[in-house]
Amino acid sequence: MSRVRLLVGTRKGAFILTSDGARRQWEIRGPLFGGWEIYHMKGAPADPGRIYASQSSSWFGQVVQRSDDGGATWEAVGKDFVYEGETGTHQFYDGSQRPWEFKRVWHFEPSLNDPDTVYAGVEDAALFRSTDGGRTWSELPGLRHHGSGPSWMPGAGGLCLHTIVLDPSDSNRAFIAISAAGAFRTDDGFATWKAINRGLRSGYLPDPEAETGHCVHRIAQHPARPHVLFMQKHWDVMRSDDAGDTWYEISGNLPSDFGFVIDVHAHEPDTIYVVPIQSDSEHYPPGGQLRVWRSRSGGNEWEPLSDGLPQRDCYVNVLREAMAVDSLDPCGIYFGTTGGQIYASADEGDHWTAVASHLPPVLSVEVQTLP
Amino acid sequence: MIRVVLPWHLRLLAKTPEEVALEVPPPVSLQAVLDALEQSFPVLRGSIRDPRTRTRRPLLRFYACRRDFSLEPPETLLPDAVVKGEEPLVILGAVAGG
Repeated sequence: MSRVRLLVGTRKGAFILTSDGARRQWEIRGPLFGGWEIYHMKGAPADPGRIYASQSSSWFGQVVQRSDDGGATWEAVGKDFVYEGETGTHQFYDGSQRPWEFKRVWHFEPSLNDPDTVYAGVEDAALFRSTDGGRTWSELPGLRHHGSGPSWMPGAGGLCLHTIVLDPSDSNRAFIAISAAGAFRTDDGFATWKAINRGLRSGYLPDPEAETGHCVHRIAQHPARPHVLFMQKHWDVMRSDDAGDTWYEISGNLPSDFGFVIDVHAHEPDTIYVVPIQSDSEHYPPGGQLRVWRSRSGGNEWEPLSDGLPQRDCYVNVLREAMAVDSLDPCGIYFGTTGGQIYASADEGDHWTAVASHLPPVLSVEVQTLP
Repeated sequence: MIRVVLPWHLRLLAKTPEEVALEVPPPVSLQAVLDALEQSFPVLRGSIRDPRTRTRRPLLRFYACRRDFSLEPPETLLPDAVVKGEEPLVILGAVAGG
């Protein structure tokens, strides 16, 4: 029988939750690396035993942890992230120029076919790659040297590269997103990058339709249809049918189109999930009711999913890395909150159960579907 | 032996008890102790000092014998009580945040 393993990163350590395919009973292990911030953990598709974890602290800096046995044991590997060539500058909050400075890894994206190859999205925004299982890291400088680099400005969480989507149909193509620079695509194996923000509109920019400067919160893709992308932006839920060349809004009847997470059903490429948040200044669900909203039509028509979720006095947030879907049938959906809850649905979002209720604030949730 | 007290996060990272003992040949400066610490526990490289400039990470402090050595030059010699192992060099995280 299949199993699932949730990899949960929190403000004060990592937790691993496991269940069988029924997804009713859960075992929780942790905290691992207690007291450290775990921004993200992700397993390698080519070897589910291989997991990378970003362990970070404002006091003690970055550590990269690697497991080769599904999280039972861990080894600290390389943590030297050095920008390639001339460091250059980017825009700071006040409009002044600041040198690029490495702060932390926000996201690990292991290669689809080699567990030793892994991409790291970091703050200040840049893309790094390791081909030796995380022991050494090299910047892929084409992205940061995109001509718009000096105009990139940090979002509230920093100038972070938080989303890396690898195209399963084309190993030369990948998508990334940066807060608050926008989305970019490479078609030549990470050498050069194109800003793909046409159709985005951001009222906080002097030119709301600028080529870059958009605060993209998350991009999701279904592997069977890699040219279709879904985006949760600072405001607006967006869709592209041409690999990001153009975007159009699909917010439809959502109670708020501000939010952080977005994900796609494992077996239905037009079924997508978001968690609306009240506003950019009020990071909690509208009306204190925690609801996942599902569209089965690829956007615009949305239905609220609330069975099992708190429907009063709930003022948590769901951060951009904190939703995941498994590949069982029916598809399981998972998300974590800043209040330390992990909610799971084993039936595509129709019903929810809190499988952990009192963890530290949840930064990220990933799921592995295991044989 | 030079005694060094580590904060929780670094103990967890290096898998050590709260206090470690290091052989440090004289002269026993702050830098010499930190070099010896990183040599014994390579996983700590970059977590106390910047790996390239070897400057103190901003939110760490170095105390010994009721004195704050955090802002002293790296070649500053540590007190005799530390050299004799009577007192530890204490590395701790600054009190900030939660």
